[in-house]
Amino acid sequence: MSVARFWRETPRRYNLGGCRCPTCETVYFPPRGVCPVCAKHRQSIGRMEPYQLSGEGEVVTFTIVHDAAEGFEMQVPYALAIVRTVEGPQLTGSVVDIDPSEVSIGLRVRATFRKLREEGAAGVIHYGYKFAPMDERHRPPKRPGRSERVPSAAGAPVAATSGP
Amino acid sequence: MRDVAILGVGQTRFGELWDRSFREIGIEAGFQALVDAKLSSGDLGALYLGNMASGSLIAQEHIAPLILDYAGLAGHHLGGIRIEGGGASGALALHEGWLAVASGAHDFVVVGGAEKLTDVPDTEANRVASGTADHEWEVVFGATLPALWAMIARRHMHDFGTTREQLARVAVHAHEMGSKNPNAHYRNKISLEAVLGATPVAEPLGMLDCAPFSDGAAAVVLGPLDRARKFTDTPVRLLASQVACDTMAVHHRREMTTLDSTVVAAKRAFAQARRAPADVRVAEIHDAYTISGLIALEDLGFVEKGESGRAFESGAFGPTGKLTVNTSGGLKAQGRPFGAVGVAQVVEIVRQLRGEAGDRQVGGAELGLAHDVGGTGATSVVHLMERVN
Repeated sequence: MSVARFWRETPRRYNLGGCRCPTCETVYFPPRGVCPVCAKHRQSIGRMEPYQLSGEGEVVTFTIVHDAAEGFEMQVPYALAIVRTVEGPQLTGSVVDIDPSEVSIGLRVRATFRKLREEGAAGVIHYGYKFAPMDERHRPPKRPGRSERVPSAAGAPVAATSGP
Repeated sequence: MRDVAILGVGQTRFGELWDRSFREIGIEAGFQALVDAKLSSGDLGALYLGNMASGSLIAQEHIAPLILDYAGLAGHHLGGIRIEGGGASGALALHEGWLAVASGAHDFVVVGGAEKLTDVPDTEANRVASGTADHEWEVVFGATLPALWAMIARRHMHDFGTTREQLARVAVHAHEMGSKNPNAHYRNKISLEAVLGATPVAEPLGMLDCAPFSDGAAAVVLGPLDRARKFTDTPVRLLASQVACDTMAVHHRREMTTLDSTVVAAKRAFAQARRAPADVRVAEIHDAYTISGLIALEDLGFVEKGESGRAFESGAFGPTGKLTVNTSGGLKAQGRPFGAVGVAQVVEIVRQLRGEAGDRQVGGAELGLAHDVGGTGATSVVHLMERVN
């Protein structure tokens, strides 16, 4: 994928910028130029308003992916879900910070900004939203990050590797 | 609009055809159909060729003239038109061919479908196939075609109590029928336990819930019904041809477990044919994934919403059922050369209606249906055919 093709969607992928029809007030993500449900949908052309999603929602359905999408090979097995946001629009994204086997329909989640995938060793890195459980009890114990030092079994400080 | 008949059918073997090129298989299917129809090339008005991704898969676009050229028809200067709609490309090509003959624009046309998937590694074929979903808002976020269908399956299980075993039955049935089809990619029978124990792809779907990547081609010859007897003793009337589209992304659908595109295409097709789902004796349905086979039965009107798993498990759609599905082996066992699938489904229905389906022939086949889906259901195509007595 060219840099421009990903870069132009940055406001949506990084910040969940959607839009709203001024007539029927339906919210859309990603933004659309025309309201599909409005009876006077042609009047919506050029009038759709920016609308910020909160990122909160719940899992409508999910799968645990073993045969990865391109660029996700290092993340298998990963949970992928369709999430219904509190504002209405539904999105597809992976569910992180939880053991995939604990994901369930109805799980309350919040969008979180993460690395999605990278185009090989020297290519562009794609960032965007993933979803994390809102309830802390679903989260596995935090693993030490790259900057954190933990004592080794022998007592000498060593760098811990970071998680995906 | 005038009545349209299918005058001839042809199909290559489906599978990993490493020794054969795209143009070879395309021409073989086309000539088989022409010979079957006893039609000379000079009578043809046009070629409609269904293909999903020749550019990505074999670096060759502009394939309709390529096939005409190597069929020896370049000098006839026929029109050659390629049609793309993901996995529904072949059925869409048939729709265009039907329009051309029904409208009177052409008298006789060849409709072909061809795909060469094994000239690239599986990972590349996977990447290309995922292009039939919404790349920007599904695939970039980690979705694959099986993952999207798996999410439909999970929701169907949640809402209607459909079981993992009921899903697996669809694949077991496909291989049972495929074992009787000499053109099938897979002719081995598989057990329920094998499907349940297969390597997971996207839970709850495993390797044996998913149709393979195959090479293959199929073709039919269409002409006006009132001239059909000149060419064949066994014309089949193309009663209805309907296409319907829906949102690209699964997450934008009205409901997770229904393909509205199929519901609408089927309703229009039954209205066009003045027939009902209960009249159908034999059907080829889109079982690219076991879940897509089950919900097709609901969306086409053969069972109530949510009942497909239980109905399939009871044997309602097997060889002894009132309706038998996927006698060819379906996409699962006959194979899945994307652009060829929709045409091959029609080839199988025509063989059933003519009584030429060999070991897999069902009794009393008067009306048949073919159902083809692109991607996760952004396009559905439904055709109805009947035997002319």
